[in-house]
Amino acid sequence: MRARAEHVLPFTLLLPSVAFLALLIVIPMFQALLLAFVAEKGGFTLEHFQQMFGDVNFGDAWRNTLLLLLLIVPLQLVLALAMALLVNSRFRGYGFFLYIYAIPLAISDLAAGILWLAVFTERGYLNSALQSAGVIQQPILFLSFENFPGILSAIVIAESWRATAIVLLILVAGLQLIPRDYFEAADLFGADRIRRTIHVVLPLLRPSLQSALIIRTIFAFQTFAVVFALAGRNMPVLAGEAYVWYAGNRNEHLAATYAVLLLGLTACVTVIYLRVLGLREAEVQR
Amino acid sequence: MSGIGIQNATKLFGKTQALKGISIDIRDGEFMVLLGPSGCGKTTLLRCVAGLERLDGGNVRIGERDVTDLAPRHRNIAMVFQSYAVFPHMTVAGNIGFGLRMHRVPKAQVDTRVREGAELLGLSPFLERYPAQLSGGQRQRVAVARALVMDAPVLLMDEPLSNLDALLRLQARADLKRLHKEVKRTTIYVTHDQVEAMSMGDRIAVMREGSIEQIGAPMDIYDNPASQFVGGFIGSPPMNFLRGAVRDGNFAGEGFSVPMSRPRVDLQGREIVLGVRAEHITIGADGVPARVLVVEPLGSHALVTALVGKTAVKVQAPIDVGVRPDQAINLRFDEATVRWMDAGTGAAVQH
Repeated sequence: MRARAEHVLPFTLLLPSVAFLALLIVIPMFQALLLAFVAEKGGFTLEHFQQMFGDVNFGDAWRNTLLLLLLIVPLQLVLALAMALLVNSRFRGYGFFLYIYAIPLAISDLAAGILWLAVFTERGYLNSALQSAGVIQQPILFLSFENFPGILSAIVIAESWRATAIVLLILVAGLQLIPRDYFEAADLFGADRIRRTIHVVLPLLRPSLQSALIIRTIFAFQTFAVVFALAGRNMPVLAGEAYVWYAGNRNEHLAATYAVLLLGLTACVTVIYLRVLGLREAEVQR
Repeated sequence: MSGIGIQNATKLFGKTQALKGISIDIRDGEFMVLLGPSGCGKTTLLRCVAGLERLDGGNVRIGERDVTDLAPRHRNIAMVFQSYAVFPHMTVAGNIGFGLRMHRVPKAQVDTRVREGAELLGLSPFLERYPAQLSGGQRQRVAVARALVMDAPVLLMDEPLSNLDALLRLQARADLKRLHKEVKRTTIYVTHDQVEAMSMGDRIAVMREGSIEQIGAPMDIYDNPASQFVGGFIGSPPMNFLRGAVRDGNFAGEGFSVPMSRPRVDLQGREIVLGVRAEHITIGADGVPARVLVVEPLGSHALVTALVGKTAVKVQAPIDVGVRPDQAINLRFDEATVRWMDAGTGAAVQH
């Protein structure tokens, strides 16, 4: 009787989150798949995909999304890792730094985008500061459609500011899970701070790095609100196209097709990460 | 090679004084055991020698060098951690050679020394395994091998056997003792297990509440405990204690009286504690009357617990002693081995 109750309990505890995920993720996911693969008159079709690949903005959206991904994810990972190691060294006042670092977590991505728009726009904080410092005479148009590097940099900076904190928190939590004995043993056996980090801390942190990388890459594919706030339609991205086709062009089929493409990309990348970064079986036995 | 000198070491954790001015001189090649109950400061003292904790006062010398302000990696020491701290992401070979690689020893030499170290501890078949694929005893040996291949003159061990099961611990204890005989490193060994301390140590430092209660050779401490605490901590069963006072050539307490053949004028009239070990009490026809509470046959001998007055006393008797619970018996204390302690301070009274 008791054994059976113990058998049922884990599933009972998992049930609410499974129901939540099913309702808000699994059902919409199937709806998107139906919308993407079923023709308006019924029956399986690839015409939505043909339409998507043929769209004028598709090439740019594809390129921009990958470009942002390749710029933002490594940058955030390195920044977050440096910050996490700093926090973990438990210097005086590290709690204050952790608090400051975590503030962007509380801000929605659209709000963050608007905040940085106020910095980078023609009469924004950055131009005012540079002008009053006498560095420039005329305001620089950072976000002009003719200034692609300017837009890109602004988006990378804003995204890094907004979303590095989540990576940081995952890594700090991961670092705190590592028993301090390992650091002490490394120190005692002759490793200085840098070699300790390379040979002991980073390998032991690998599971957390893996989670952080997966989460960040998924979100990088979905980068949208910050891009929209800073660049509007000047910089199309895949997630933005899904939004535009749904909200602007009232074409839910094409919007769903973009969403399915993102889903596929996300799944591929996750599998690759798990394969490449996963722990060897020998390290986790028992 | 080098000895270790600790002078007037103090350490504070917040307001609690973990080390209250400890001084020890450990000779070159000596196996020194720090023994005491949990919270006595033995591990803190070891960590201060390792450099993992900073002293608040005093200094530590290794060989001729004052290392008080040096980082652990500059102290030329090796250590076996209680948790072993064997790196899970490295193979056995990677773990054993870790310290050598960190000291930039050439690869060929690392390989040779790793093989030697593995050989010494019977780990040769497991060099390519990961720690998760090893048993607890094997992991412990990896930790020991990693420390030994360093060729550091000083070896520190923090309860290295406490995570092993009883049978394995017995084996590992003998192995460690044999290894020490072979490599002759100056060793500090922390334990709360008095049997380990007795069997392995050249000398034992018994610690209590941040101070050293007594330092000496194991049998010296066993026979002549400096205090009631030491007598009670060392030995299984612990030393028996009877509280009373010396009057007219007798030591008398609540419900008993022990005759003294040698008059001790110095003890006359003092509140005092008599300490005697279980194997120095015999059950005979005459002596101090007692009543048997429990008889425990232990194979080689029987352990008899008897009530003397209101105090329970453990007696090591022959296995065929033939007494039963509730039986009235007489106990005779071997007077040459009886120790006297001050009832107030617990400190031994010189004889």
